[in-house]
Amino acid sequence: METLADTLPLRPLAAESAAPSVTALLAEAEAVLSRWLLAHGLTPTEAKREGYRLLALHAQGARHDPTFNACRESCRELIYQCNMALAAESEEERQQRLLYAGAVLAHLRLFIEGKLEVAGLGTFCCASRPLREKERRE
Amino acid sequence: MTVHQRVAYYPGCALEGTGHAYDRSTRAVARALGLELDELHDWNCCGAMEVKNIDPHLQTFLSARNLKIAQEMGHQTVMAPCNGCYHNLKKAEYDLTHSPSAKEVTERLSRKAGEDPYQPGTVRTLHALEWIREAIGNEGIRKRVKRSLAGLKIANYYGCMYTRPRHIFPEKDKGPGSESTSKPYFMDEILAAAGAETVEFPLKTACCGGAHTLSDSYTSTRLVLNILTTAEAVGADVIATECPTCHSGLEMHQIRAARVFGKETKVKILYFTQLLGLALGLSPRQVGIHENVSDSRAFLKARGLA
Repeated sequence: METLADTLPLRPLAAESAAPSVTALLAEAEAVLSRWLLAHGLTPTEAKREGYRLLALHAQGARHDPTFNACRESCRELIYQCNMALAAESEEERQQRLLYAGAVLAHLRLFIEGKLEVAGLGTFCCASRPLREKERRE
Repeated sequence: MTVHQRVAYYPGCALEGTGHAYDRSTRAVARALGLELDELHDWNCCGAMEVKNIDPHLQTFLSARNLKIAQEMGHQTVMAPCNGCYHNLKKAEYDLTHSPSAKEVTERLSRKAGEDPYQPGTVRTLHALEWIREAIGNEGIRKRVKRSLAGLKIANYYGCMYTRPRHIFPEKDKGPGSESTSKPYFMDEILAAAGAETVEFPLKTACCGGAHTLSDSYTSTRLVLNILTTAEAVGADVIATECPTCHSGLEMHQIRAARVFGKETKVKILYFTQLLGLALGLSPRQVGIHENVSDSRAFLKARGLA
């Protein structure tokens, strides 16, 4: 059976290919989180948190689904690597940082899209609150 | 012996099954370092993720019972090598301190079982990484190395449950010397002390998909494949692990990625205790290399480690 993840291209790290820009990486990450919010009937925020829309989108998603919080570190690591790329003192270092950022973005995309795929099957294990918490509140 | 040199040992169920190499290598490393592990008598399941999803308070009770056993055995510290067990012991400690309903359920179930309930703040939980760091230290490791890991490039993979959620690990992120939840480094330093070259790895705490390895294998395989290809892209020969769920997932989905997606990766997957044990002069058999799913014996032999 084909899953949503199967229809997505795998993007292995390819050092030989031209690395995307910091702007493009952050924009794609924002698009990934926005897709998740739209799928849950929410309008993705245009606001920024700590200077980044990506972190505001994450906060927006985590408010409605605590298990979404599990991608917090990926969002922050992506921003960290992008900032390191911007601060790089050589082109080689910049390319290396963009490579790292690309790997984190790929993971974020797989995680969120996988999460969309299995919604309802169970919570991700490192999430801060259990699946049944909502039922208890109700 | 100091409080850290002799600790209560909670192996958990994974270390009796798919993660047996982790149990074997943890015990072997402890012996080699002159440390003593006192296994909890009649320990039970930590509640892992299955029980936690169904009834979180029952998970708190199960982990609290293990902490109580450690206390009754006269220990102030319990060491758990498994990230899931470690996480749940820490979570139980947090819940019993902050959630009146979790405390009430634990006390009720304990009495029903004819046991005194565990009182939070009595037993300290450590991961194997924290235990080795505190009991021996990086300099202590350096002095004990008999067969350096020099030349080995290692990506240190911590998985998610060692640092998340942050609120159950109040001792982390406390500045120099404390573990970082966003960029953990204890394993990096231990293996560097053993001579290895640790590479920068941007997916140190990324999800391995372990929770969904059966319900959504495709997602798990893709998450693992990204971890494996990233490790290779940053120049690692080996991914060092410290969680049996992550380790099993990396090994099995490495094979599955090759079969299902046709994506072959060569990076080796070894428990940090296996690598440390080899550096301390133990044989591959003593640290359970033969129990891993992927065969790294030829690789280790070529590096002079077997």
